[in-house]
Amino acid sequence: MTLAIQARGLVKHFGEVKALNGIDLDVEQGKVVGLLGPNGSGKTTTVRILSTLLRPDSGTATIGGHDVVQDPDAVRQLIGLTGQYAAVDQYLTGRENLELFGRLFHLSKKDASARADELLHRFDLTEAADRGIKGYSGGMRRRLDLAASLIGNPSVLFLDEPTTGLDPRSRQGMWEVIEDLVSEGTTVLLTTQYLEEADQLASKIVVLDHGSVIAQGTADELKTQVGGDRIEIDVVDSVDAQRAGDALASLASGAITTDATTGKIVIPVTGGSTAIVSAVRVLDEQSIGIADIALRRPTLDDVFLSLTGHATEQPVESATPSTGRRGRRGRN
Amino acid sequence: MTTQPTRRPALGWLFTDTLSVAKRHILKITRVPESLFFSLIQPVMFVLLFAFVFGGAINVGPNGAQSYREYLIPGIFAQTVMFAVAGITVGITEDSTKGIMDRFRSLPMRPGAVLAGHTLASLMQNVLVLVMLSITGLAVGWRIHNGAADALAAYLLLATFAYAMTWVGAWIGLHMPNSEVAGTAGLAWIFPLTFASNIFTPISTMPGWLQPIALWNPVSCLALACRELFGNPTPGLGTSFPEQHAVALAFGYALVIVAVFAPLAVRRFKSRSTGGAA
Repeated sequence: MTLAIQARGLVKHFGEVKALNGIDLDVEQGKVVGLLGPNGSGKTTTVRILSTLLRPDSGTATIGGHDVVQDPDAVRQLIGLTGQYAAVDQYLTGRENLELFGRLFHLSKKDASARADELLHRFDLTEAADRGIKGYSGGMRRRLDLAASLIGNPSVLFLDEPTTGLDPRSRQGMWEVIEDLVSEGTTVLLTTQYLEEADQLASKIVVLDHGSVIAQGTADELKTQVGGDRIEIDVVDSVDAQRAGDALASLASGAITTDATTGKIVIPVTGGSTAIVSAVRVLDEQSIGIADIALRRPTLDDVFLSLTGHATEQPVESATPSTGRRGRRGRN
Repeated sequence: MTTQPTRRPALGWLFTDTLSVAKRHILKITRVPESLFFSLIQPVMFVLLFAFVFGGAINVGPNGAQSYREYLIPGIFAQTVMFAVAGITVGITEDSTKGIMDRFRSLPMRPGAVLAGHTLASLMQNVLVLVMLSITGLAVGWRIHNGAADALAAYLLLATFAYAMTWVGAWIGLHMPNSEVAGTAGLAWIFPLTFASNIFTPISTMPGWLQPIALWNPVSCLALACRELFGNPTPGLGTSFPEQHAVALAFGYALVIVAVFAPLAVRRFKSRSTGGAA
């Protein structure tokens, strides 16, 4: 079976700066792969090479078996691209934009118009179809931009930071749209700085740092790599901390840390939620009061931190996404 | 689903794609009529300024101010054609920095069509400006003396030259980092080129070292060619090659400019990597 996306040893310099330092990438058809990394890690450069916008200095890449350098036209028939900027003409209406791109995708006039209608409807833009883009909200522009990238019904879709700069509600909407596309069998390569976004959408995550792949796998695999679950307990009376730690030793899969001043105990466990039940029972038997107890799974933030030795850089604003999990944002 | 692209030879697609892109820019002109208005107003201002303010001080023929106005209008035509460069320079830079160029470049369209469509739309806008300018000229006393065929040749020459210049503008636009810089850079080189020419004053009034430069200046050739074709005054016409073969030379300049700058611009467009390294 031909891989939807295959890259071998991609290297790209911008002057002195080595943007890509030998990237390998395999994406099976119908899968969503998330390229995760901070600014300057090479995400966008990778997407630009794969979408024929940029030539690699060395290395090869194929989309659906077609080489991006040797046969860019064949590649362009297969792909859709949504970049970091809404790549639409702000003086035209939504419909005019889609018809323009449809015509440039070489659809007939009739087909381009039908496809525009279909996409406007699908992305909930029918009402705004004949208004200039200037009056669109950020979320509407992104939806139109995504619609434009779907004009040719692409089998491989590149989404370069598709939700950067969107408010939580628009971001949620964007995620739903992307999930729909994936359920229809579209292969998606998504770049993001939102760890949460990769977690939510991608079946496989490739972590980039300084132009190299530093880890890859499913979100769960990456989290396991960092370490498993742990139970965090705050005891009511901090003098009980040491006693509690000793009592829970049998549950631990590693070294327990206790803090006698704050009364906080962290116990690495393997059993997950069964372990938490056992912990409550043990502490109850010992008559140790529990102020707070939680099972904590490593987040992709933890993964990133442990893999790179630094957190995702440049948290410009600390937006709390609507789903309530942790996330960071930043933009280029 | 209706998404099967139609099959056709590459050259056919270049043509259709060019028209699609041109349509985009023409729609844009109708959405921002102010830009058309100001591109019309500027040459008209120059006509009024030189016809009524400076004109009395420049002597080009026996009929004084009337002669000067007939001398002036073809010069303004040439100047307008040159200034056409600025608009497309800014437009191309704006597209390049806003991501829509990336969309074009990721589509299976003919890459040359992005620029060809833009220059085509620009040409149409320039033709409109030339029509407007002709009406203004007629109103201040400019006349066509040599009949329809020569007049048509003059307009064809102006349109060809305008088209050639938009390719220079496109090429410059592809090198500019943002539209502010493009706005200045697009005009900076036009000023010396248009003013070191015969468009406002006869070359014989200039210092000796400047005369050969002004004489061979494509803008001078264009203005002189138009004066000859329209039958307007050509005071102090000498025997040098550019003065004797103005029409042929002006067409030649236009063709050379297209032949050089169209491939350069398309090549730049294809290889250009917009955006950052992130």
